[in-house]
Amino acid sequence: MDWAILLEKAILILAVVTVSLVIAMYATWAERKVAAVIQDRRGPNRAGPFGLLQPVADGLKLFMKEEIIPNSSSKFLFIAGPALAMITALMTSAVIPWGPAVNLFGRDINLQIADINIGMLYVFGVVSLGVYGIMIGGWASNNKFSLLAAIRGASQMISYELAMGLCLIAVLMLTGSLRLSVIVGEQIGGLWNVVYQPLGFMIFFVCALAECNRTPFDLPEAENELNFGYHQEYSSMKLGFYLFAEYINMFISGVVMSTLYFGGYDIPFVNEAQWGNAWWVGLVGFGVLMAKALFFVFVFMWIRWTIPRFRYDQLMNLGWKGLIPLALLNMVATAVVILLLNK
Amino acid sequence: MQTLTNRAKLVDRKPMTAMEKIYLWNILKGMIITFKHIFKKKATIQYPEQKRSFSSVFRGLQILNRDEEGRERCTACGLCAVACPAEAITMEGAERLPGEEHLYREEKYAARYEINMLRCIFCGLCEEACPKDAIYLSQTFAPANYSREGFIYKKEDLLIPHPKENPEAYRKALGERKAKNN
Repeated sequence: MDWAILLEKAILILAVVTVSLVIAMYATWAERKVAAVIQDRRGPNRAGPFGLLQPVADGLKLFMKEEIIPNSSSKFLFIAGPALAMITALMTSAVIPWGPAVNLFGRDINLQIADINIGMLYVFGVVSLGVYGIMIGGWASNNKFSLLAAIRGASQMISYELAMGLCLIAVLMLTGSLRLSVIVGEQIGGLWNVVYQPLGFMIFFVCALAECNRTPFDLPEAENELNFGYHQEYSSMKLGFYLFAEYINMFISGVVMSTLYFGGYDIPFVNEAQWGNAWWVGLVGFGVLMAKALFFVFVFMWIRWTIPRFRYDQLMNLGWKGLIPLALLNMVATAVVILLLNK
Repeated sequence: MQTLTNRAKLVDRKPMTAMEKIYLWNILKGMIITFKHIFKKKATIQYPEQKRSFSSVFRGLQILNRDEEGRERCTACGLCAVACPAEAITMEGAERLPGEEHLYREEKYAARYEINMLRCIFCGLCEEACPKDAIYLSQTFAPANYSREGFIYKKEDLLIPHPKENPEAYRKALGERKAKNN
């Protein structure tokens, strides 16, 4: 047994989870800031410089709040719901290549927790597990509004996962591998996937919005129709976990999108391979991936404060009649082109 | 159809075209609009640091006035309490003793003077009723408080700072309107 590799992976896992949590924390701050500047307001600016301590204060507040578990709820599942949402949100990050391999202390370290050969499938599996957090939470609350919202959320996720998967098949045909490091490697060598798959990326992006329950697809939460939807009965940090999981999901889907379509940690028009594998190259790669992912997070927020929510039938229409046929078309077109070019 | 104004717009009820059904173009237009708003001037006023100035006729918290030598003007005649439509003012008079001439302007003064700010409607009738120019409404408002008792303002809360001992605070408390009239 190589203890060094265990240590290396443990440190990597700790770092990735910490980074995800901190980014999710500051995403709540960024969301409020973005909302404010779009609406000609200032946003939080009292706690610390630029209101940067606001997430800390919010977190503290959530911990201090009374923990309410409804009498009629199923206690075990009621607690399992938010825990599951959080765990599945964090699990996706395991297969993401966070940067190029670096040489540290005489060891080649891969900045990826697990380079498994079914990386993309794993991402999909975990993302679809995320719906259990919502379903279990909504059902265990024993409240009809929560249940309604949870069912809505489940059907929404299933519908949009289909189109998302069809887009991924096109990417898979381009690269010929489900391994995320290979997908990134191919893009570093050639052009980014978004050049070959603009339509696929658009569909993927829309589906990612739906998967994260973000506006215009935030029907499971639907503040004004369903009284906050599936987390209506939740209070204290259990509610915080649900909200937090949403932001982690947002960040992770930004990372997945940059990995699949925007070259991961690749810097455009720069040949980083000639820089060797010193520690700072890994850091630069990581920074570039972060910048891309955070840009997507910003776009998510920007969309949220621009457009209203879809009606439920519109949501289903768009998913089944709009996106799935388009994704199928994209898949077939990609297949035909690849066949003709004999790539 | 004849429209009432030239601003009327006919509602377009044509079914959406394929381009519109994808929503993308219209969403992009909306996003450009929201992006422009990021750089617009903010409407917010940073409250404790910046304050919106009140109108010169704003009627705020009452102040019990002093004369130029710092003697209380109030003689506890009770006209303000009678004029008060909300019955917010309570007072108790007392006779000025020898040696207190530097404290009170006339022979009678208010030993106790209370205004219940929860009852007060800030109509300014007390100011109009006062023959001695002893009470007037300033341009500040009653701050929040934790208890109802805190809203019953005693004489020491209402009295203006001494013009000789603390001229700066006196001028500040006097306010724009009163300073102009004097």
